[in-house]
Amino acid sequence: MKVSSRFSSYLFVVVLALLSGPVFAQHDDHGHGHDHDHDSHEQSHATEAGEHGGCGDHTEDGEYDPVSTVMNHIADANEFHIWKGVHIPLPVFLYAPEHGWTTGTSSMFHHGESAVDRYVLNHGRANRIADDNFPMGEVHLDGILHQVETTTDAKGKTKETDVYYACAKGELWKLDKPSTLDGGILGGGITSFYDFSITKNVFTMILASLLLIFIWGAVAKGYKKNEGKAPSGIQSFFEPFFTFIRDEVTKPMIGPRYERFQPFIMTLFFFILFCNLLGLVPFFPGGANVTGNLAVTLVLAVLAFIITNIHGNGHYWEHVVWMPGVPTFVKPILTIVEVLGLFIKPFSLMIRLFANISAGHIIILSLIGLIFLFGENGNSVGGAATGAFIGGLFTAFMNLIELLVAFLQAFIFAILTASYIGAAVEEHEHNDHEHAH
Amino acid sequence: MNIFLLADFSVIKPDPGLIFWTSIIFIVLWTVLGRMAFKPIQNALKKRDNDIQEALDEAKNAREEMSNVQAENQKLLAEAREERARMLKEAKETKDQIVKEAKDQAREEAKKIVTNAQQEIESQRKVAMTELKKEVGAMAIDIAEKVLRKQLAGDKEQEQFVNTLVDDIKLN
Repeated sequence: MKVSSRFSSYLFVVVLALLSGPVFAQHDDHGHGHDHDHDSHEQSHATEAGEHGGCGDHTEDGEYDPVSTVMNHIADANEFHIWKGVHIPLPVFLYAPEHGWTTGTSSMFHHGESAVDRYVLNHGRANRIADDNFPMGEVHLDGILHQVETTTDAKGKTKETDVYYACAKGELWKLDKPSTLDGGILGGGITSFYDFSITKNVFTMILASLLLIFIWGAVAKGYKKNEGKAPSGIQSFFEPFFTFIRDEVTKPMIGPRYERFQPFIMTLFFFILFCNLLGLVPFFPGGANVTGNLAVTLVLAVLAFIITNIHGNGHYWEHVVWMPGVPTFVKPILTIVEVLGLFIKPFSLMIRLFANISAGHIIILSLIGLIFLFGENGNSVGGAATGAFIGGLFTAFMNLIELLVAFLQAFIFAILTASYIGAAVEEHEHNDHEHAH
Repeated sequence: MNIFLLADFSVIKPDPGLIFWTSIIFIVLWTVLGRMAFKPIQNALKKRDNDIQEALDEAKNAREEMSNVQAENQKLLAEAREERARMLKEAKETKDQIVKEAKDQAREEAKKIVTNAQQEIESQRKVAMTELKKEVGAMAIDIAEKVLRKQLAGDKEQEQFVNTLVDDIKLN
């Protein structure tokens, strides 16, 4: 049972990876597409900049760009976009080391039409004009300009970057994205400000948490009320989840000391599950790609790493540092492997959840994007109808798969975390047995 | 290879704000749910499991006890039946013995009575004989007296006669 479920989950990951393959390929193509018309962009930018303000024709209103649309939809945002022109504002807490905190709600930016204290909303996300010449306070913007810039580094490699400019007072002002902690490896890095806002993702996590607290509070109340009696109502509905995690995840994976870790594994499972499910709801308050954001899975994986290693017993560390039962000359090699393994395990947790959920969102958004691609920007109603038909069918199918993936990935994250904890707290007798395998 | 950068694949860039909020939310959720729900539920489930196990064990014990009691009852019943049979047998034996004894006793008694009767008869006969002898004697004496009164005129004859009588008596 255990083996087969794990196998099937891996199979699923593989299938998903294959499914997401074409999407990334398509992605790639579009990347190259940009590549080709990039030069003209650069030129037009130069002339616009020279003439001070060619902001009227900012690229967003131009041709439909499926890749950018998809990427903007799966990205975090400072407001909930309901439909064109209707947004639900969210609180913003922005911190720039030079100017301190700026707080308010995202409605103060008027969806990108106003800059407040040099902050601008670009595709729903707070950006900052890192130019001291730009006035503080509220300033009307003429628009936001998107450019792809090519830089050549010392090794002669060309690097392309998305650059956004705010058009105000007839000038172009370069926009800084919020700081990210990837150290520039993934194209981010520390910029002039940090965004600690209650973003769409944070809002969804809070919502998921409140739902969970409400539900499990009611369930726990049931246990108090029905003490010594059979479970009833919501209690009977959620009890199988609890006993499933207990009997199929924590007990077999962690062993006799499972009780200490049950709350952690349960919270992990339900937090991921509810975030996944809310992410599948296409309208407010769902639709946020929470578990498909590396920052979220990073935190979960780091917590799993910490919990695993602070509970690691002497036996576990002995196996990591100086593997018993193998020839001495092999030991240092195994030490390197094991120490790497300590980090690779949570890293795989982080990537697996992130990639699965992001891939699912990308596929669904790509299928919906077919409507606009086939419709040729409204020139072909028949094409749009065909796209809606085909895309709708595939989206319905993908949504069902994503529903499965939502449960599956939450389960995989929970069971793998439990197995890592289990390896760390395993008693000596059992371990000898296992090493015979 | 910068395909991510072109379309701004921002979800792969860990945002410190999001990391901060995720940590806070998850840890708070973990604490709250753990304290409020998961630990109490775990304890309640454990208690219920134990209760159910105990109830099952108790039922099993009760069943065993029941069957024990039943077996004992069967045994007692069988014993009682045996006892009854034994008692009946004993009673019959006693009855037979009593009857036999009574018969014996009756026979003995009868025999004794018969013996006594015989003895009585014998003694009565002896008494009667004696009486008869006495009577006969007296009558004989009477007769003799009367005879003698007539015949015994002389002394010699008298003496002879007396001796004869005495001898006769001795003989008897």
